[in-house]
Amino acid sequence: MNDQTPFLIAGATLADGRRTDLLVADGLIAETGTGLSSTGARRIDADGLIALPGLVDLHTHLREPGFEPSETVLTGTRAAAAGGFTAVFAMANTSPVADTAGVVEQVHRLGQDAGYAYVQPIGAVTVGLEGRHLAELGAMASSRARVRVFSDDGHCVEDPLLMRRALEYVKSFGGVIAQHAQDSRLTVEAQMNEGQVSSDLGLAGWPAVAEESIIARDVLLAEHVGSRVHICHLSTAGSVDVVRWAKARGIAVTAEVTPHHLLLTEELVRSYDPKYKVNPPLRRAEDVEALRRGLADGTIDIVATDHAPHPVEAKDCEWAAAANGMVGLESALAVVQAAVVDTGGLDWADVARVLSAAPATIGGLTGFGHELTAGSPAELTLYDPNDPHEFTAADLAGRSGNSPYLDMQLPGRVRYTFHRGQPTLADGALREEGLVANG
Amino acid sequence: MRHLLSTRDLDLADAIRLLDVAEDMATVSTREVKKLPALRGKTVVNLFFENSTRTRISFEAAAKRLSADVINFSASGSSVAKGESLKDTAQTLAAMGADAVVLRHPSSGAPQSLADSGWIDAGVINAGDGTHEHPTQALLDAFTIRRRMHGAASRGTNLSGVAVTIVGDILHSRVARSNVWLLTTLGAQVTLVAPPTLMPVNMTAWPVEVEYDLDRSLLRTPPSVLMMLRVQAERMSGDFFPNTREYSRRWGLDDERLGRLPEDTIVMHPGPMNRGLEISAAAADSARSTVREQVTNGVSVRMAALYLLLAGERLSPPTPTSRMRATT
Ligand SMILES: [Zn+2]
Repeated sequence: MNDQTPFLIAGATLADGRRTDLLVADGLIAETGTGLSSTGARRIDADGLIALPGLVDLHTHLREPGFEPSETVLTGTRAAAAGGFTAVFAMANTSPVADTAGVVEQVHRLGQDAGYAYVQPIGAVTVGLEGRHLAELGAMASSRARVRVFSDDGHCVEDPLLMRRALEYVKSFGGVIAQHAQDSRLTVEAQMNEGQVSSDLGLAGWPAVAEESIIARDVLLAEHVGSRVHICHLSTAGSVDVVRWAKARGIAVTAEVTPHHLLLTEELVRSYDPKYKVNPPLRRAEDVEALRRGLADGTIDIVATDHAPHPVEAKDCEWAAAANGMVGLESALAVVQAAVVDTGGLDWADVARVLSAAPATIGGLTGFGHELTAGSPAELTLYDPNDPHEFTAADLAGRSGNSPYLDMQLPGRVRYTFHRGQPTLADGALREEGLVANG
Repeated sequence: MRHLLSTRDLDLADAIRLLDVAEDMATVSTREVKKLPALRGKTVVNLFFENSTRTRISFEAAAKRLSADVINFSASGSSVAKGESLKDTAQTLAAMGADAVVLRHPSSGAPQSLADSGWIDAGVINAGDGTHEHPTQALLDAFTIRRRMHGAASRGTNLSGVAVTIVGDILHSRVARSNVWLLTTLGAQVTLVAPPTLMPVNMTAWPVEVEYDLDRSLLRTPPSVLMMLRVQAERMSGDFFPNTREYSRRWGLDDERLGRLPEDTIVMHPGPMNRGLEISAAAADSARSTVREQVTNGVSVRMAALYLLLAGERLSPPTPTSRMRATT
């Protein structure tokens, strides 16, 4: 059974800059304040560590069922724990697709069995992600998995009428459609961002307008039917402008950006190294700047990883044959620090908002994203922002190694992750499977 | 030279050296015995993931004239169709002891991936990758232009003062890309002419003039060299232009335009030609046309590339000429 010894986290720095001790007991933060007694508790010296509410990822590909050579719920949630995440939303593009109550309940249960993070399944919008007929949205919503976010991610819901219906239908149970915005006709065989680099490299372009035009359509649809819409992985300056305009108009739109779109640019593609191949593609430096500003001014609500594991052979090949996607859970917090904290755009309270509170709210997930006060669930992350190091394969905890950050210098490290009152990551090491609080 | 992947990587000295060695190779090709022992014992693999008999036999002739052993390996299936994988094939060739791989591949960047991969240790020559580059085609074009301009006195010369106008599907043309970098490195002034749909979306960093109207371009910048690119069948169905008749009328080298060219303008085409579409029969067969020389020169240029890749600095060059010793 699980070890229920209390923990005293001594001298942590909260997101707002205050220092406090945190007593963790019975799955809750039992007490905060300075000079708390550690009698009967295990003491963790958190001097210099930032205590954040456990991170919540609204966009994770766990690959199970169907693509277990890339990742499983167990290995993916281990990667989550290593990255400071305590809850992940599992995308629906599995095999079978998560388009029925049965599949979402299976994924949900696998998450509980694993115990490294709460797994909240996302349901497909359309049957088989085919964009033709609505999946059983209501059945998934009222299943034990309690699905509130629906997405065909990997595919865009392109048919405007179907999108309209989906936006309307999920209102009855407080759901939200998360759109992968990509006009397929404008991105036929697209290999990278369309622009100067694609012109040089002779790679078919993925133009910004293919994303921006879908976002523009969908915010107008959301306005028309009075629904909310969430935009996955915003990647262009124009998309930020469209969302900013929509928000100013009062449209209920939320948007996410990935860590890689906040840090990396298309210039990396000049190497033709498939580890930089991702969808939406890496964009120009101007786009990266606009995304950072959009995140800082609240136009973009959250950071979500789009953690997309692939087996070695999917990347050990020429560019066109390679799969799209990067793993991102383990590196997310350090990349966010490098991209938007160290550059002055966000403070740690903002980080707590964009990587925990806001994604939990958007996804309708209770019990996560709370401020670290007495009585709140013990879902938290201790992060050392002053541990510059070279990110290596040893820092990856999932099944796949397709990280674009290997051999890059990152500024900090997650030291502890607490989920359900127990560490899933302790002093930088994942805890053994028997010791995490599964069930 | 470790690999030949892109003309963008070549500086002026590299480019002139390649062209000068090609001159030496051309001399060999005019002798009764057209063979040099330079690459005896070396194995050159022509690895073609895309059909191109012309390019393959040109490389094959080049390797054989240098006494290399040649293996032709035609792999089926594009990367998309998940046919033969580049990695598996490369590892097979490594096991066979390939010293150089001449790679033609439908994916842009495949030769660079092969060179960077660690799958094989051989030198890599890019024989055309997707819509990226085709360096030996550009080298043979430059060689052909230089010979037409300077004749027997070509060695050591660059292309300054030469105005080259390239017309056609620039967007998808690896020949155009390689020529842009090589010809401008050699000092030529390059103008690209195409319908806007067949022009790359952003060319701000390209050292070229861009023009959509062929007649205006010919008037503004009378070319020393007019290079017509092939219109690929798949562009005809892709709505890049309304139909071949309209393309031909606006961007083809027809007899009327041929007649308006300056007297000494030469006409080039990388082949195979669509006669009557991008180039008229009269233009293709006129004395201005270098189409057949381009084929001959292709072998010399590819000999030079293989020689520099495999013999390079390591071996002292074989006979026949002492000049060759001086230039390599
Ligand atoms: Zn997506």
